[in-house]
Amino acid sequence: MTQDVWSEQGTTPDAIEAALREMLRERHAANEALAPARVLNLVVIVDRSWKGEIANRLERVGRYHASRTILCAVEEGRKTLDAVAVMNYDEPSPGVVGVMHEQVEIDLGVDALAGLDTIVDPIVVSDLPTMIWCPHGHDEALEALRHMVDVILLDSDDVADPADALARAADLLSSAYVVDLAWLRTTPWRERLAASFDLPEQLEMLFELDSLAIRHQPNSGASAVLLAGWLASRLGWKVAPLRSDNSSPPHGTAQGPKGPVEIELDPLEQEAPGLAGVTAACGSRYSLSLDRGRGGLRARERINGDEREWQVLGASRGEGGILGEGVRQALLRDPTYGPALGAARELSS
Amino acid sequence: MSTAVAQQTGDENPLVEGLERLPVHPTALVIFGATGDLAHRKLLPALYNLAHEGALPERFELIGVSRRDRPDADFRSDARASIEKFSRRKPDPNVLEGLLANARYVPGSFDDDAVYAELERTLAEFDQQAGHPLDRVFYLSTAPEFFPVIAGKLGAAGLNDTEKAQVRIVIEKPFGYDLASARQLNVEVLDEFDETQVFRIDHYLGKETVQNLFALRFANALFEPVWNRNFIDSVQITAAEDIGIGSRAGYYEGAGALRDLVQNHMMQLLALLAMEPPASFEANRLRDEKLKVLEAIVPPTVDQVASMAVRAQYGPGVVAGTQVPGYRDEPGVAPDSRTETYAALRLHVSNWRWAGVPFYLRTGKRLARKVTEIAVTLKPVPHLAFQSTGSVGVQANQIVLTVQPDEGVSVSLGAKIPGSRLRIRPVNMEFRYGTSFMSESPEAYERLILDAMRGDATLFTRNDEIEALWGIIDPILTAWHEDTSSPVPQYASGSAGPEEANLLLAEGQRWRRL
Repeated sequence: MTQDVWSEQGTTPDAIEAALREMLRERHAANEALAPARVLNLVVIVDRSWKGEIANRLERVGRYHASRTILCAVEEGRKTLDAVAVMNYDEPSPGVVGVMHEQVEIDLGVDALAGLDTIVDPIVVSDLPTMIWCPHGHDEALEALRHMVDVILLDSDDVADPADALARAADLLSSAYVVDLAWLRTTPWRERLAASFDLPEQLEMLFELDSLAIRHQPNSGASAVLLAGWLASRLGWKVAPLRSDNSSPPHGTAQGPKGPVEIELDPLEQEAPGLAGVTAACGSRYSLSLDRGRGGLRARERINGDEREWQVLGASRGEGGILGEGVRQALLRDPTYGPALGAARELSS
Repeated sequence: MSTAVAQQTGDENPLVEGLERLPVHPTALVIFGATGDLAHRKLLPALYNLAHEGALPERFELIGVSRRDRPDADFRSDARASIEKFSRRKPDPNVLEGLLANARYVPGSFDDDAVYAELERTLAEFDQQAGHPLDRVFYLSTAPEFFPVIAGKLGAAGLNDTEKAQVRIVIEKPFGYDLASARQLNVEVLDEFDETQVFRIDHYLGKETVQNLFALRFANALFEPVWNRNFIDSVQITAAEDIGIGSRAGYYEGAGALRDLVQNHMMQLLALLAMEPPASFEANRLRDEKLKVLEAIVPPTVDQVASMAVRAQYGPGVVAGTQVPGYRDEPGVAPDSRTETYAALRLHVSNWRWAGVPFYLRTGKRLARKVTEIAVTLKPVPHLAFQSTGSVGVQANQIVLTVQPDEGVSVSLGAKIPGSRLRIRPVNMEFRYGTSFMSESPEAYERLILDAMRGDATLFTRNDEIEALWGIIDPILTAWHEDTSSPVPQYASGSAGPEEANLLLAEGQRWRRL
């Protein structure tokens, strides 16, 4: 990877934008086969002291780099803007187009957050969708940019109380498309549940489910309740708040079209964030359990007393892969998140 | 609160909506020719990548069939080595282990009944393990002479149908070597399988850029209004390779460029480019429209071939600074071979949309550059108010779809050269997959294997399409076969092809530079 770098202390948004434009012009003039990626702007608001950690996470997204990443590092007491702009590219082989990604880091003070749109707006690439991610909070910055962003990236599992996290997601969903990493952690589980119930015999069972147990890492309660909300919204269950006390995990009863459905969310210690397993059953006739395993999920199915177990193949994406998927999802639209979020809020209220 | 959004009855699975990966029913994939080059370079790595992404069915079983006698363990270890070597991503050892842990190998000759009895026993064992019959996909990755043999034996063994599960057969190219053999093969395959079970593969159709033709044409109001004889002057489809035949003399001597690339890949590109918008992208709707285009191409008579087709062979030359031998000097090639390594055609689609628009196709080995592209040249503007002195001047607009190596679309426009005078030169407006999408394109075989397992035949070739394709090419093959005296034109390796190809072009037209 080759880098062109520009930096300036006490700079302005116009100077940053002009520097980016000049770097692109110079690089393209030097090698016409180099062209700027033009897919997505990503604006990230972080605490300056944790800037490195977030930059590392962004580096691990694999091929899903935004075209232009603008990292705003917020520092108490700072009065000026200091910026570094970097153009990243690999020299292309003959006959192949090389892609350049731009990264801008701006150090700014807390006082600048209320007017952050006047700093960021001149720097984003026009006509590209813009995504914002505030992993350290900074609600003031998010509010300032809300009118100019198309997509908000968040992680509902980052908030201690899933109910608060989901309420926040629902609020943001009213003004922009929301990509929730907690939701993306459920994707392989949703795909596998959909596939497991796709055969005609299993599809019949799907409409007759009477119990659902979701096992999850203790810090991933939002993912668990989103998965329950997804099933509820897809299957037309009337849901009510789950009950919880010191001796039992959150549990409750939803009303399915064919009878009550017992729902339970079980925290389970595991290293990786996200879900650990799910069991869906209808009485003693049928149950399906999917549990995290090596090289995929371990499936266990019981039909009328006969039990079978097998491996469902799939590599773990890791947290880097989930963040990369979050960036990629900025360009897609999942119509099932909103209804799932609505049902999850009912369950967690 | 009621959150019902899903249909509660019928065959619809309400969990599927919104998912990028559609469910695939539990499947056993049987690869005939499992020790062959295609299986090891393409099919097994494609299966691994599907497994890695969690795209394979919930239950997936793999059976290899080939002549070499060897235990299951050897098949697994060879498959592992091929995947590690050819996969587009570094394999996850746990996924790879899971993919191959239960893989079986059935040795034997493809005409041996015992092979099919063993296959039946193995499939029944997998069904037993699953508790229900698995869908079967028989993938014929063998020499073409075995296609009817295998189809016949599968039918005779009753493996062409099973209760409560789908059975499909995927047939690699070449599907026939002329019209008569393609018809015969269709008869033999369709004796045992219904057309809906047959998936004739053309891996070009699995390429993202080829599928992007649909999007370009039918999702943009910009192009379709000019996509006709009133605005389009000509179309050039090029599939140029910079390599020679390598170690494929045995195959290539009997095939040649026309069968190898034109009859299938390039004619498919033509059909997609020229077809009418289908009412939907359901497999048969799409294939109906492609068929109409192919049927609108009037095949030449044998006498007309010389005026609409050119063949040639590469001679010695310099490629990338290295001296290379001519085709007739390649190992395994007859010194007096008349097999073409280059073919160029001029075709016409005789319908209201395309009447009078020439479609030029050319393909060749050892050409100046590796490129596959479709170039659509529009007619020039009717009147020009600018002086052309001092500049290149106004040139006809071109829309170029590059299939490989740098997938994308470019549109050439006339633009003013900066300065005090109004001088024009062409500039390009470019779209490249690499700069506009973050995702890596999956290998064509990944997409096509998954489609075959799902029973989606949209990107596969139907029996009548195959016969229409051969119907166009057959007279050319016949004419070239019958002409045993006139010299086969030679072109220097590393060049743009033979001069004779220029004779196909209408006045004022020229081949695009490679």
